[in-house]
Parts: sequence; C-alpha cells; structure tokens
Amino acid sequence: MPTNRLSRFFPSLCAAAFAASAFMAAASPSAPVSAAMLNLHNGGDPASLDPHKVSGDWENRIVGDIFEGLTTEDVEAKPIAGQAESWTISDDGLVYTFKLRDNANWSDGQPVTAGDFVFAFQRIMNPATAAEYAYLQYPIKNAEAINSGAITDLGQLGVKAIDDKTLEITLEQPTPFFLGALTHYTAYPVPKHVVEVKGNEWVKIENIVVNGPYKPVEWIPGAHVTTTKNDLYYDVASLKIDGVKFFVLEDQSAALKRYRAGEFDILTAFPKDQYQWLQENHPGEARVAPFAGLYYYVFNHRKPPFDDARVRKALSMAINREVIGPQILGTGELPAYSWVPPGMANSGESAEVEWAEMPYPEKVEMAKSLIAEAGYGKDNPLKVTLRYNTSDNHKRVAVAITAMWKALGVEAKLFNSELKVHYAEIRKGEFDVARAGWLADYNDPVNFLDLLKGGTGNNYGAYSNPEFDKVMDQAAIETDQEKRAVLLTQAERIAMDDNAAAPIYFYLSENVVSPKIKGFEDNAFDIHRTRWLSKEE
Amino acid sequence: MLGFALRRLLSTIPVLWIALTLCFFILRLAPGGPFDAERQLPERILANLRAHYNLDKPLLVQYWDYVSGVLMGDLGPSYITDDFTVVDLIAIGLPYTFILGGAAFALAILLGVFAGVIGALNQNNTSDYAIALVVMIGLIVPNFLLAPILQLLFGVSLGWLPVGGWGDGEISHLVLPVIILALPHVARISRLMRGSMIEVLGANYIRTARAKGIGARLMITRHAIKPALLPVVSYLGPAAGYLLTGSLVVESIFGLPGIGQYFINAALNRDYGMVLGTVIFYMVLIILLNLVVDLVYALLDPKVRAR
Repeated sequence: MPTNRLSRFFPSLCAAAFAASAFMAAASPSAPVSAAMLNLHNGGDPASLDPHKVSGDWENRIVGDIFEGLTTEDVEAKPIAGQAESWTISDDGLVYTFKLRDNANWSDGQPVTAGDFVFAFQRIMNPATAAEYAYLQYPIKNAEAINSGAITDLGQLGVKAIDDKTLEITLEQPTPFFLGALTHYTAYPVPKHVVEVKGNEWVKIENIVVNGPYKPVEWIPGAHVTTTKNDLYYDVASLKIDGVKFFVLEDQSAALKRYRAGEFDILTAFPKDQYQWLQENHPGEARVAPFAGLYYYVFNHRKPPFDDARVRKALSMAINREVIGPQILGTGELPAYSWVPPGMANSGESAEVEWAEMPYPEKVEMAKSLIAEAGYGKDNPLKVTLRYNTSDNHKRVAVAITAMWKALGVEAKLFNSELKVHYAEIRKGEFDVARAGWLADYNDPVNFLDLLKGGTGNNYGAYSNPEFDKVMDQAAIETDQEKRAVLLTQAERIAMDDNAAAPIYFYLSENVVSPKIKGFEDNAFDIHRTRWLSKEE
Repeated sequence: MLGFALRRLLSTIPVLWIALTLCFFILRLAPGGPFDAERQLPERILANLRAHYNLDKPLLVQYWDYVSGVLMGDLGPSYITDDFTVVDLIAIGLPYTFILGGAAFALAILLGVFAGVIGALNQNNTSDYAIALVVMIGLIVPNFLLAPILQLLFGVSLGWLPVGGWGDGEISHLVLPVIILALPHVARISRLMRGSMIEVLGANYIRTARAKGIGARLMITRHAIKPALLPVVSYLGPAAGYLLTGSLVVESIFGLPGIGQYFINAALNRDYGMVLGTVIFYMVLIILLNLVVDLVYALLDPKVRAR
C-alpha cells in the first residue's frame, strides 16, 4: 500500500531537513565577539577588498580602514600624513618627494617600501588591471598614456622609488588637490611581495596583507565584513575600537529598526520620511550635514527646444528650490543656484545664476514670458518628458517640479527606469530633461565643472560652449592658485549664464550615530575613519 | 528504476540548454550593461574592462566560450563582486539559504499538517475557524509587510529576538525569518491537509475501523493521517523549490546572506555571469526536486514506474 512507503519517507525527509540545518548551523563561521566592536550599517555589498577594484562609498569605508596611502584623512576628512611622514614639493609644483615612515609595515611584518607604491601605481594604470577609477590619478605623469595603452612601458610612469623609504612622484601639471587625491583608495599601496606570488587571489581573506589600522578577518558576501586591529599599524596604540563589523543591508527601514534595537551603532543612511521621527525620539542622533554633492536636472542640448537658452532658463527658474529640501524631502537640503557645492577647496567666489535672489512669483512671471518668447503658448504648449532613475526621493522631486512647470503651461510627463537603464539611455541622448547627481571624488571645483566640458562622458546633455572649454583649459595649466580660482569661477559663470543644466540642491550626508560613539565629526566628504572613533559602553 | 531516473535526467538536458541560451541572449538585449553607472567611465577604461571580461568579442564567440565553460563546471567570474567567481558566491550563499529554507520547510510541514488535522477533526466549529483565520492571514499578508511588523514587535519593542542579521548562527536569529518564510506554506499545507483529512475520515475503511471500536487517537495516527498526506506530498516539490532558492524579501529585510538576493541584485546590476550562474543553479535544483517527487511517486505507484 502506498501509504506504508510514504510513512517511511515522510519522517526521514523531515529528519534530513533538520539534520541538514543543524549541521550547517554548527558549521557556520563565527566572528570575534568584543565589547568595543563597532557595528556599522554599511549599505551595499563590497565588490572587492582590492583598492584598485572598488568604486563605492560603502567599499571606501572598508578599504580605507584596512589600507592607507601616502596621506590619509583626518577626523574632518582633510589630508594628513599617512604612510609618508613628510614630503617636499618642488617650486614648479610638479615633483613631490615623500619620506615613508620607518615603522610603516604590512600586516605580515614586511616593511612598506617605496617599491610597493611604485608597484601599486603601475598596477592601477596597467590596462590589464581594468581599474574603473584609475583616471583619478591621471594627474601623475604618463598615467593616462599608460592606462590607455599609448605607452606600454610601465616604467615610464611618473612614480619612482629613490630608495626603500623615499618616493618621488612627478605630475603632468601642477595639481592643487594632489595631496587630497593621494588619500583616495586609488593611491593606496598593495603588497608587492604578496600580489606577485598569489596573483588575483592575494585579496582573498586568507591571503590578504594590509597596511591600515585594521585588517579583515571575515567576509560573507551578502552579510558582513569583519575587521580587527592590525597590531603592526604604526599608530595601533591610539585605536579605541577593536574591530568593525560592516553590515550589508540595503533596506533602510530595516536598518533603522536594528539601530533602535541596539544592533547597529552607526547608520550610514536612513529613510528620509523618518527624519522627523528620529529628531523627536532620538534627538541629536540623526546627523545631517552639507555634503560635497550636487543634485541636478540635465537639459538635452542635442534636441530642440532644449537647445534654446530661453527654454532652459524658464524651466530652471520655475523650480522653487526653497521648498524642495525642507518640504518635499524633509531633510532640509540646501537649494543650489550654482554648480560647485559651497566649501570646496581651491574655489573662489561662487557663480550663482543671476536670478537667484529674485522673489519666486517674479521668477514664474519671467519664466512665462521666456516660454512665450520661445514660441510656446496655450495652443502650442511646451511638452517635456522628465526622466529619472527609480527611487522614491527622485519621484517626489520630479512630481513637485513638474507641478511647478505646469504653472508655466508646460505639459510634463514623468518617465522612470532603473539606474543602469537610466544612465545608459541618457548618455545616448534619449531624453528631454533628466535627473542626475554627482558626488565629489576630490576636493576641487574642477571635479564638478568637468561635468559640463564638451565631449566628456559625464556631460549627459552634450552642453558645449567653446568659451567654457577654453577657460577650463586655461585653469588646468594655471599655477597661481588665486588666478586659477578666478578662472574656475569664470567658467562656472559662463555655464550658469547659459543655464547649461539646472542645479537643484546640494546633497546632505545623512548618518545616525549612537550617543555611545564619540569622535564622529560631520564633514563635507562624509568620510569617518574608524581610527578616530571610540565607543563607550 | 535507475533507467527511469536516467531517462528523466537526459530529457532535461535540452531544457537546460534552451533556457540557458534564451537567458544569455535576452540579458544582452536588456538596455544598460554591467558598467553603466552615474559616472561614465572613460572609453579606454571601459575597453579595458570589456577585454577583461571577454565582452569585446562577438556575441556568438562569447556564447560559445560561456557554454564551453559551463560544460567544464566553470560559471565564470562575477562582474560586480570581483573577488569571487560565480561558483564561489553560490557556494558561500547556499548553506545559509539551505538552513533557512530547510528549517522553514520542516516547520511548514509540521505546523501545516498539525493545523490541518486539528481543523478536520473539529470541522466547522470554533477552533477550525480560528485556525482558518490565522492561516489565511499568513497567506494573505505579504511577507514584506509582516516581516517589519514582527521585527518591530519582537525585536524593537519586546526585545526578545534579534531584529536581523545572522549573528553567529544562533537559533534566535533564525526564528523570525523562518516563520516569515514558512507561513504561506503552513497555510497551503494546512488547507490541503484539512481537505484530504475530511475526505479520508468519511471513507469506508475508517467507518469499519470505528465500528470495530478502535480508539480515536489510534484511528487518526494509524489509519487516517497517512493516506491524507498524499496531496501534501505533491505540494512539497514546488514548496521545496521555492524555499531552497532563497528569498530576496526575507534576505534583504533581515540582512541575511543567501542566493535570493544575489540573483535579484545581479539582474539589476547586469552582472551577466552571476545571473546566468544562478539561473543554471535554480534550473538544476528545480529539475532535481521534480525528479525526486517523480521518483517518490514511482515508488508509491507502480503504474508510474511502468510508463
């Protein structure tokens, strides 16, 4: 009878399921437990621990804790001495000579040498490495030529070891932000003696050798990366946090719940609609601070009527920026009337659009007449499709702005797609007006102004003004800091007068920090190395 | 028996091949690629990346290379999680997914069968309706709603259970996600069990057993449950397939490792290698589970075996 066989099968099935779970639960790895472990909600899953293969801020938090460049970030993310204890810069600003610390060591006990830096810079520029972010170190002599394959001899790179502890870097042209760029993970050394032996496997948790304050001990993709103090780090004595658990969790509401239950000490993002609740129930813990990033709308200059300056100006003017941060988003983002976020290093006067101070009703009136001048009216309304990448916040902003445009008689449609599709399509020019954003890679206005340079990949709208490009080129070779700042302001002024794109707001960094954590300083780059933090029990 | 199993396995090869091929080409047709992001990469770096991942070759060559790799058991690199191959990632995520899914599977069977039997024995009275109500809530309320509610209640307010994470693999970390995963299956199994139990209880041989004066408990455990389980078994194949392939919602809300989120994230990131790898893995798993169900049926029913 079938049931007899079934009766034998059924309990054994259950038993097998239980046995399997018990076995696997017993076999699952365990992490070190410690009171001064920092539990950090880190967002996404890191792509790699190899500093030459990462590109996201969640990766930077990990990689920047386990490696250290010639310079490193202080508590306010300003460059300070890192693996180099001192340096000199030649008078023409082209040659930097670094003296490495005598006690700079790899976590396996080998000394960090100038040769490791030479090896690392050659490796990141080598086309075979396919490093996404290599271009950040293009200020180095011959870097771009090597990375593009025009020069195949890696020895031509402007990075030379004078002796084991002296490194000389030669630049293409004076670069005022270079010491800051050296804090970036693209400038971290990698252990030549390990990479040469293990190849791509060097970065596996069992092989990896690091030179930062912490070293990784466990990585479970989709769950967490765990680090612990690197006893061979030169400043290990002042570390107050024993190790960090970087948790992968993209769901911000779930992360907030885990913070409330005490499972996380720091959240690196929170749902915007919970900001008010956080302020009321956890006063002082939600930290919102200006962040070097710009949220903007791109106009498609390839396509009429968006090649018409009057139409662009009208659409940009009609955006009531004052309500977006405080009311639409609720976190109080600063309205943007200029292109470069305030407080960037090496910048001069900000070049706001000339209508920035105008009362909003007057802006609307002027925008209406501009639209009429451009030939649009009741019978012939201006039709705009506004593209954004799928996200609640982008949607809220887009809905608000299309409502503002409606007052001008503009018929706006919304169109959203996932991030990959969004950027692939707008690069091809498949849009009228599109949402975009930019977070600073390094502390210099050029990083933002390059978005509007003719013929560059991030210039989604294909804005092109030879005058703008000329001033930018002049700034690139100007060695006098003040003159350079004036030129950059001039370039920004040209783009803003053209209404090349519509800046909307400057980003905020949004963290939630438990009162137990000390030493967390808000800064414009939102970089908070664990080295400076401590945790009270 | 062996011949039957082999025949079944061989017949799945064309299915696997067709699905793999479709998936390979449809993925490439989708707009956006693995290296599209807010920041446009300089053309030369894109070229380096494409060369690195073999994407610079003609599509048919890529396809040929990929299929030959698969035949050798190599699913290639993940384009996004650079330090691991696709096989590595699946191997890392699988134990977690299997523990979660296996525990939820066991819980669903035990609770579902139990609730079904109680419901059938108390047909149309209060406890039957109470069970039906709880079960229907489990079925109707979506897990992305129920999970945060349970997290708030048991994790944040009462503080009895961790809100999320794997911890060091303690049972307490598993309780909420396993309940969330199991609930809809508890609901379906209990309805199936209740229905078939009622049917069995009305059967002639049960009446005979009763007439012979057998005790109620013995009658249920010895005579009624076994035949009533048959429809439940046919449901277990798909249920196991569903539970053992991981759940994006449960993994992402509870911050747990597992292959459910790899699959969805890979699709969103256009991580071609990872998507294809997980698809192949899912297909093989589901084909094997179906085969197991078929074999169990063959064991139970000689007519199936003969065919």
